[in-house]
Amino acid sequence: MGFLDVISGRSKRPKNNLDSLFALPNAAITLQVSLNFQMTGMGSVCFRAVEGPAFAQTLTDVVALLDNDDDPDVEQSTDSYGFTWLMAQQDDMSALVTDLHAVNTSLAGQGFADGLLCSLVTFKDPSGRSLGLVYLYKKGTFYPFAPTAPNQRDNLLELQVRDLLKNDLPIEPDLSSWMAVWGAPGL
Amino acid sequence: MSRTRFIRDTGLTARMTASMFVLGGLFVGLIAVLIAVLPAGWAPIIALIGLGIAWYQWYNSDTLALKAMRARVVTPEEAPELHAMIDRLCALGGMPKPVVAIAYTDMLNAFATGRSPSRAAVCVTTGILDKLNADELEGVLAHELSHVAHRDVLVMTLASSAGIIAGMLARGAQYGGMFGGGRRDNNAGGLPIWLVILLVSLVTYAISFFATRLLSRYRELSADRAGAFLTGKPNALANALVKITGETAKIPQKDLRAVSPLNAFFISPAVAGLDLKTLTSTHPSLEQRLEQLSKVAAELGRPMDGGFAPPQV
Repeated sequence: MGFLDVISGRSKRPKNNLDSLFALPNAAITLQVSLNFQMTGMGSVCFRAVEGPAFAQTLTDVVALLDNDDDPDVEQSTDSYGFTWLMAQQDDMSALVTDLHAVNTSLAGQGFADGLLCSLVTFKDPSGRSLGLVYLYKKGTFYPFAPTAPNQRDNLLELQVRDLLKNDLPIEPDLSSWMAVWGAPGL
Repeated sequence: MSRTRFIRDTGLTARMTASMFVLGGLFVGLIAVLIAVLPAGWAPIIALIGLGIAWYQWYNSDTLALKAMRARVVTPEEAPELHAMIDRLCALGGMPKPVVAIAYTDMLNAFATGRSPSRAAVCVTTGILDKLNADELEGVLAHELSHVAHRDVLVMTLASSAGIIAGMLARGAQYGGMFGGGRRDNNAGGLPIWLVILLVSLVTYAISFFATRLLSRYRELSADRAGAFLTGKPNALANALVKITGETAKIPQKDLRAVSPLNAFFISPAVAGLDLKTLTSTHPSLEQRLEQLSKVAAELGRPMDGGFAPPQV
């Protein structure tokens, strides 16, 4: 926030770096080797549906783009906070990340970057624990999210994953930004 | 970087900057007059005291305002839904999360305070939690978070520093006139010094009063805009405003006066002004706010490529 922004009452959005999504396949391998977490193949993008026809049209276009192949179709759901989740399913992490990247860039390209909240890929280990890696669109960083029960998360596992992946991914340093995404699809 | 749908309202920015300029000029002018009439060395001290009071108010704004409203800070365990909503809005806006507080009153209101975005507090009343639905509450919270992001507490406190000094001087000059009026009468253009100071500070106070209110209304409008762009639901905020202003007017006057010193940071003002309403209110009229929100809605619904309007970068 510069002085001029304060004077004119504007808030500036920080710049993000969507390309760091492509670091996820490497991180997935590290997770599998060190902690035995397997990718579930589910990935999702969470955003704010904007009022008006322009957003509806953009969303239809994105879904049509992603469904235009042999993969399972994209699913859509709305959570209790009014955020929309767009879910993609792919067996290959690179393909999944490409899908998530496409959703993010299409929405941002139509001027809806303000509404993008986060992207998420999910993992499971043989004992049934789930883990999500969340990409915060506004900060361009990742954090782990490991729900164990309704409204409970495994903080120890999350910190362990943070230390494990700190060379693979830009990890969000501010722990208070590790937002809990309860009820996220695939977790 | 992607294109944004956030269009600049150049007119609003210009009006806002102009009113801030007037307030800054007022401060400088008042000090200049003081240097001219007072014995050497006094004017800077008075200016420093005035700025000191403003600084103290700004620095402690979060605790002061929460205490004045008897609000209680709530943990994520006590108010999980409210916290989750603010978590998401902060992640959406890329800003640090403020302290969350609840004030136990039936008034429909919400306010934000604090000296900087990293040391801020957002407070909602139990009344507003009861009356608004999730979308509307989110619109209100986005409006308050925009106040935090715009550093409105800092701007408004600085803007009122000329008024603070003028108020101080006017009171001091009255005592000067009552007790020592005759002796220190060493003629500034034929008038006693205390009378000159009294007149100057009264005029300054009056101008500053109207200019800070004007500035406050502009800051509200720009927080409305930013909040609506953040949630992408201008109509939800519009609904909330209609509910809030409609209901506030029905609450008895006695309750409202008790909380009026905090008006500048409320989402809708507690006192229904009758005379000079447009000039003295801290918030723009409901019609003005709704009109602006409908403009935002139109902007959000506009197709960006292949449409009728050229894309704005």
